[in-house]
Amino acid sequence: MMGISSFSGWEVVIGLEVHAQLATKAKIFSGASTAYGAEPNTQACLVDLGYPGVLPVLNEEVVRMATLFGLAVNATVARRSVFARKNYFYPDLPKGYQISQYELPIVEHGELFITDGDGNERRIGITRAHLEEDAGKSIHEGLGASSGIDLNRAGTPLLEIVSEPDLRSAKEAVAYLRKIHTIVRYLGISDGNMQEGSFRCDANVSVRRLGQKVLGTRAELKNLNSFRFIEKAINFEIERQIELIKDGGEVVQETRLYDSDKDETRSMRSKEEANDYRYFPDPDLLPVEISEEYIEAIRVTLPELPDAKQQRFVNDYDLKSDAAAILTTSRALADYFEAVVGATDARAQVAANWVLGELSGALNRENKGIGDSRIAATDLAGLVNRIHDHTISGKIAKQVFEAMWEGEGTADEVIEAKGLEQITDSSAIETIVDRVIAANPGPVEEYKAGKDKLMGFFVGQVMKETQGQANPEQVNQILKAKLND
Amino acid sequence: MTELHSQTLTELAIGLESGDFTSVELTQALLDRVAEHNDKLNAFVTITADEALATAARADAARETGSGGVLNGLPIIHKDIFCTRGIRTTCGSKMLENFVSPYDATVVEKLSAAGAVVLGKSNMDEFAMGSSTETSYFGPVRNPWNLDCTPGGSSGGSSAAVAARIAPAATGTDTGGSIRQPASLTGTVGIKPTYGRVSRYGMIAFASSLDQAGVITRSAEDAARLLGVMAGFDARDSTSIDQPVPDYTLSIGDSIKGLRVGIVREHFDAGLDQQTGARVREAIAVLESLGATTVEVSLPNLDLSVPTYYVVAPAECSSNLSRFDGVRFGHRAEDPEDLLDLYCRSRGEGFGDEVKRRIMTGTYVLSAGYYDAYYLKAQQVRRLIADDFKKAFANVDVIAGPTTPSPAFKLGDKVDDPITMYLNDIYTIGANLAGLPAMSVPCGLVDDLPVGLHLVGAHFTEEILLRFAHQYQQQTDFHTACPEAFK
Repeated sequence: MMGISSFSGWEVVIGLEVHAQLATKAKIFSGASTAYGAEPNTQACLVDLGYPGVLPVLNEEVVRMATLFGLAVNATVARRSVFARKNYFYPDLPKGYQISQYELPIVEHGELFITDGDGNERRIGITRAHLEEDAGKSIHEGLGASSGIDLNRAGTPLLEIVSEPDLRSAKEAVAYLRKIHTIVRYLGISDGNMQEGSFRCDANVSVRRLGQKVLGTRAELKNLNSFRFIEKAINFEIERQIELIKDGGEVVQETRLYDSDKDETRSMRSKEEANDYRYFPDPDLLPVEISEEYIEAIRVTLPELPDAKQQRFVNDYDLKSDAAAILTTSRALADYFEAVVGATDARAQVAANWVLGELSGALNRENKGIGDSRIAATDLAGLVNRIHDHTISGKIAKQVFEAMWEGEGTADEVIEAKGLEQITDSSAIETIVDRVIAANPGPVEEYKAGKDKLMGFFVGQVMKETQGQANPEQVNQILKAKLND
Repeated sequence: MTELHSQTLTELAIGLESGDFTSVELTQALLDRVAEHNDKLNAFVTITADEALATAARADAARETGSGGVLNGLPIIHKDIFCTRGIRTTCGSKMLENFVSPYDATVVEKLSAAGAVVLGKSNMDEFAMGSSTETSYFGPVRNPWNLDCTPGGSSGGSSAAVAARIAPAATGTDTGGSIRQPASLTGTVGIKPTYGRVSRYGMIAFASSLDQAGVITRSAEDAARLLGVMAGFDARDSTSIDQPVPDYTLSIGDSIKGLRVGIVREHFDAGLDQQTGARVREAIAVLESLGATTVEVSLPNLDLSVPTYYVVAPAECSSNLSRFDGVRFGHRAEDPEDLLDLYCRSRGEGFGDEVKRRIMTGTYVLSAGYYDAYYLKAQQVRRLIADDFKKAFANVDVIAGPTTPSPAFKLGDKVDDPITMYLNDIYTIGANLAGLPAMSVPCGLVDDLPVGLHLVGAHFTEEILLRFAHQYQQQTDFHTACPEAFK
């Protein structure tokens, strides 16, 4: 992949359209369930199937969720928004039109902040976010010459979040996307599951020579279903466009599909083939009218958002900004961390190290989220406490952690069962120190001659004799006292 | 005893209640009328004799135990635009020739719950697009007053059946006059309530912002009785309005003395047949004799209603009919080569000319570059027309005028001239654009063909319209006139 420096002399302009599936129980215009993974067409009622005579009825929960999002990104929540019909024919679109918001979306003029490559905070504008229904899925595999249609997804509520073309690199695009992803999950309005398609992204990418005023012609990239692919696809596309222009060609406005196997984008349809969607207000639905009181009542329910939480973690727990950033990527992780902190006398930094170190490592190893942790926050706090009160050393603690992860009990139970408690009895340590000194006359001579570095060797020997259970501070003290005699 | 088929719904209700006859006897008598006359009229797409007799038997049993609803055992017909579970619903189209709905429309559900017996589904213009029933895939309906003439449309099967004394009442739908125009042309009573008064759920959509269900009956009293059952809020229709439904039969006996009748000067200009105008003036004189006063009102933008309607309605229909794509239900082309071929041939074969004309018009007016000039402009004019009515109703209780410019025309006369056909709705369309309740009441004959008095009210004043119509019918007998061949 080409490095960012290869783009020098060029400016990249990226805008993103995110489709976040809203985590409602029922669909946006019908009572059918939105649960993922059911047998095809078992979760599509007559409204979803577009039967003659049926009518849509708005699930008001989506209005609450969109409002919550609007408030979270400091946007204007429209007192009046209107559902329109986007008309086109496709087999997975039962009515021949998609109900979406067009001229009057529910959310406009929002913003969020990302950190750019130089560590500076950058404001990214959010043009709008609007409510719409999802289409079904066409199935082409395993049906011979025929195609199938699964309409379970038809009518699933989506919030389409459109950014301003403020992003200047693939990395920024990913940072923005991660921020949106974090926010919708914090708000509890989307599960953000990219594999199941409940968080999808299209990217509008164009390039122009530095200093050029006019925007370049953009290509719309589709099928970007992981953060990694998004970065790769955008970088591929930037490179393609620059090479094209350098060779005297012109970028055409078109939709391009990203192929993750070949790591390339290829043309799907050009602007000439684009549909005229013939939008008009849906006469079956009334305008969505909400009051100032409604908006304020929802504002009260806004949770602490990632940026604020991160700042609080830095201030209250004395964490480094990047550690605080990672701990606040999800509400569940942040809550877990705070639960550990709340149940331990140790410093928050120690708790953070354990959550971000051993625990995250174990979770990643098994591809699990914090919600699936095999060690409860209070139990991890129990482990941290035993380090804090010197019952065990940090090194032994890792051993205890592994045992806890394997379900062998709490920290205390594991320490007890395995006899891992630290040796803090000075006379016991002294006996061992004496033995080590007696067994190593050579190094002792060298040490006394000024080779201080050998202290580590002696500590290591003592720890080895005690199978790591001696209190390292005490070992140090006693060794120093005896060797310096 | 008057023959059963000659009685109004209200008279039949009394007869059933007093045990003069059973619902099974009544239903059978009307089914005999269907068998005798339908070949001439072509008013039915589907006759549901077995189901009707079974429902009638249940109604009779319910009456024994005193558990019947307010329409218990009374036969009606549904326009074939209302979805009926287990009985095909064609909407007058080849597209839905074999479509059997898995559910009942709210209107059907409510009338059935009240005990109504459904004799069948009535013929109509394809997808309710037409003013003569000539666009029906199942052939035109004939007017009982003159079999060479149209019974109007799109609810022409309903109007013909009621006029021919085959059924005492029928449901209809009205998007630009589709209840009132056929009522006018067949000497029956037709009411289109306020937009949102009756649920549209299960009514196959033509133009969603204009469509409204109503009834065609022999008398205003019968209309009041049925409307009370059909009306009301429905959570399944977001445009239905949550407002209590009055018992319309209670207030129809009240006097109209002192109420003000608005007369629109433009209604009586050159476009109106002179004799039709004369009948309407006579009817207004009757209202005056009952103590109502007349006031001249102005609807300055009314001449824009037909062009406005023919932008808005096709626009909505072009989108509403997109679901008929041959994929899930309805007509599907044989052996499609690919997806585009499936779409083009299924729709090309399934839809008739008038439907195609309107889909194309609607697609055009919504297209990029034309939207502002047509659709948006039409919506602006629509607001102007609604405002005109609003101003008028500040001074009057109803607006009275002709329902149609002339009596029934000959079948075939206008079928090749859509513009002239469209102008037949010139007096009725305004009420749809403004969402107002309106009705047509028989007010006499012109050359042995009936014509109707058109009454329009302010939003949710169905009570007043029905009272006017009922009081008028206490003084006149035009609504009891029966075409000779169907006595």
